[in-house]
Amino acid sequence: MKHHNAPYTSTTNACKLCKPLGACLAFRGIEAAVPFLHGSQGCATYMRRYIISHFREPMDIASSSLGEKQAVYGGGPNLKQGLKNVQTKYGARLIGVATTCLTETIGDDVPGLVKEFRREMAESNGHGELPALVTVSTPSFSGTHMEGFHAAVKAVVEQMAEGGPQTKTVNLLPGFVSPADIRYLQEILKDFGLTGIILPDISETLDGPAQTDYEKIPAGGTPLKDLKAMGRSRATLEFGRTLFPQETAGRFLENRLGVAWRPLGMPIGLRETDRFFEVLEELSHRPTPSLHARERGRLLDAMVDGHKYVFGKKAVVYGEEDLVVGLTALLAEIGVRPVLCASGGHSGHFAEAIAAVTAGLLPEPPIVREGMDFYDIAEEAEALAPDLLIGHSKGYHLARKWGLPLIRVGFPIHDRFGGQRILHLGYRGAQSLMDRIVNALLEKKQQDSPVGYGYL
Amino acid sequence: MESVIFEERQNQVHRKGTQPFDLACNKDSLAGAVSQRACVFCGSRVVLYPIADALHLVHGPIGCAAYTWDIRGALSSGPELHRLSFSTDLQERDVIFGGEKKLYRALRELIDRHHPKAAFVYSTCIVGLIGDDLEGICKKASKKTGIPVLPVQSEGFKGNKRAGYHAACQAMFRLVGTGDTTGISKKSINILGDFNLAGEIWIIRDYFKRMGIEVVANITGDGRVGDLQKAHGAALNVVQCSGATMDLALMMEEVYGIPHIRVSYFGVEDMAESLYTVARFFDDPKVMERTRKLVREELAGLYPKLQEFRRALTGKKAAIYVGGAFKAFSLVKAFRLLGMDVVLVGSQTGTPADYRELHDITDEGTIIVDDSNPLELSSFLKEKDVDIFVGGVKERPIAYKLGVGFCDHNHERKEALEGFVGMLNFAQEVYNTVMSPVWQFVPRKNGAGLKG
Repeated sequence: MKHHNAPYTSTTNACKLCKPLGACLAFRGIEAAVPFLHGSQGCATYMRRYIISHFREPMDIASSSLGEKQAVYGGGPNLKQGLKNVQTKYGARLIGVATTCLTETIGDDVPGLVKEFRREMAESNGHGELPALVTVSTPSFSGTHMEGFHAAVKAVVEQMAEGGPQTKTVNLLPGFVSPADIRYLQEILKDFGLTGIILPDISETLDGPAQTDYEKIPAGGTPLKDLKAMGRSRATLEFGRTLFPQETAGRFLENRLGVAWRPLGMPIGLRETDRFFEVLEELSHRPTPSLHARERGRLLDAMVDGHKYVFGKKAVVYGEEDLVVGLTALLAEIGVRPVLCASGGHSGHFAEAIAAVTAGLLPEPPIVREGMDFYDIAEEAEALAPDLLIGHSKGYHLARKWGLPLIRVGFPIHDRFGGQRILHLGYRGAQSLMDRIVNALLEKKQQDSPVGYGYL
Repeated sequence: MESVIFEERQNQVHRKGTQPFDLACNKDSLAGAVSQRACVFCGSRVVLYPIADALHLVHGPIGCAAYTWDIRGALSSGPELHRLSFSTDLQERDVIFGGEKKLYRALRELIDRHHPKAAFVYSTCIVGLIGDDLEGICKKASKKTGIPVLPVQSEGFKGNKRAGYHAACQAMFRLVGTGDTTGISKKSINILGDFNLAGEIWIIRDYFKRMGIEVVANITGDGRVGDLQKAHGAALNVVQCSGATMDLALMMEEVYGIPHIRVSYFGVEDMAESLYTVARFFDDPKVMERTRKLVREELAGLYPKLQEFRRALTGKKAAIYVGGAFKAFSLVKAFRLLGMDVVLVGSQTGTPADYRELHDITDEGTIIVDDSNPLELSSFLKEKDVDIFVGGVKERPIAYKLGVGFCDHNHERKEALEGFVGMLNFAQEVYNTVMSPVWQFVPRKNGAGLKG
């Protein structure tokens, strides 16, 4: 077991989700793909409900719906029947099969079963072209939804990417960010004149327009042909500082297919975004396009305009490790003091990533804790007397208890509207976060003031 | 249109009037069909969840607890321990070496911290496989802490939600009969199958109070361990909901000789009839008179308001897809009261008798469906040109994506829909959705793009 700062045996109000959920989200960002859980029916249904409540979009996750008999004799027949049904009814061109704790424990050999399925289908030859089948091992008893997400991305790259003559294309592996973030990344790449492949791309699949017909599989997602082409791209930009000590999709592409790997932090806040734009300048041989340079300028202007409202305010930041790292960078840059950075994840690299992105900005480093739940966070935070919380909806009960503003970011947002459209990344995301942080503090000040100032 | 229905599922869909009624149900969900069903654990969790002074510990990996944290708006008038999410958060080494020690330590830790009146320990898929002795650990923890520690045999894969209801009832039944029943009135009942979503059980309790009937235990909305322990002192079990708590009523009937009746608090007709049924049971003219007066008073205020809604809603079309079929009966009647036509009705876990009754009370042409899925439901909504779809969270995006109105009649609702006042809230919500101006702009009504 890796670093686990939490002192208790039990988990109360978890600050993480289970591994297969992350895999389903990643698979949802691929063109014509259906996420498929090999396990009991409940897993798929619970995760669908959880994801739907955030994105307010359809989220079909197929299941092999194992029952008691299959748990004893193996889930192979159900898996194969399920794959066939998803192929024929949904017309899936890629099925992303993630395992669950049930099928991991009974020891189903999913890659082997999928191979058998392919062979059987080829022999019967009755179903036309078989969809691509990507398998990923995601036992819920090891790691969080973010490990599941990254494992699925890695599995897609490992099982789909093909080598060949190098193209001018650039791969971008953004991690789990919002549809609005992905749309913005697409815009940035385009403005730099770069052809990019973003994996996964949930910009349309989890934030689509109103429809006349129910789309069996929502349009959008990383194009299937691009999955193959990723192995021929000239570089891979991959976000997520806490990931990099492990094998990642980006590193795999470099080691196996010779695609240059450019690991970066999630570009949240000024300096992490600058690093991202520097790499883009280098790859495109162009200076930052003026539209983006001006956005950066406006961000700096806002940082000056707003600095007094936020200086010295103490923040508790929680959620997925790389998101927290980015948010902490932003807070430190604008003069907020992050006092506690907490995550349910436990990469073992959370603290060093926080230290790297806050270098030279903080009088004293924040407390950084991995493997935390909200009971631990509450206990730790109470003594720190924070002024605001930054994280997803599940910290609301603490914000309410302490009467503090909660700046909702990341996933899940279950108690506000528009979670899928929150922008976190880049200069534009930093601007939007800064506006929201300043306004939350002003609102609190106004609320608590007996005067009721009209100018603040 | 029919092509979205899997061959294996053809006999789980019926169109009234086309052929003799013989709907297949009670089947395992078809692999790959994206069933809207959940699992055994989910069934147990939703039934026991509202017991507010108990500790609810989910023994398994984190997902099962995380996805059910504060999931329902089941309100409590006192303690709110049920709103916290507790898990043993099993890790790989626990799966290999067994989770018993961790479970015991977690129980001790949490009981010391929160002083619950009892603890429910939910088994999940994996616990069923690694063979932890849940019963033994619970017994040991109970001995040590002095409170009832009850195993809930809710391994997810061992069936659907209904198996979970049964496991929950078995766990609760262990509490029943352990408390003191002195002083309980002869005219007393237990309310079963109401979960106090948006404070609904308080509305119902008030009605019974006005009738002069004592409520011994809420099972389980705003529930308390102590009330369950003396629930065997009640004269009658009044059971709502398709099957969530029926098993408990049957067990109590067998062991304690307490009869039960089935009721529904949704809609005017069923609400009134439920109160009359209880009144008739006690065979006391005073109770009956008070009941008549209550219904009269409630309806006097309600009808004029309902008539207004009815004027606007007459002829609009409704679709229903709910977990248990029993709720669907009341919804069909409620829509009829609003002048609306029900064109689709289905459930996740209905029984042959349920579907027979649905067939009897619906109009010709109505689609009746068992264990449906997004592809089928969306095609039915379109075919029938529905104005409002009633279901749970998983059904909502199906409706909204097509530009169809929606009403959440499931666990996450925040408006009370039970009782006479609930009918008014329901009418208001249906009205708010159906009359919204947004539908005239959606592609379904207005074509896909800009008109030049």
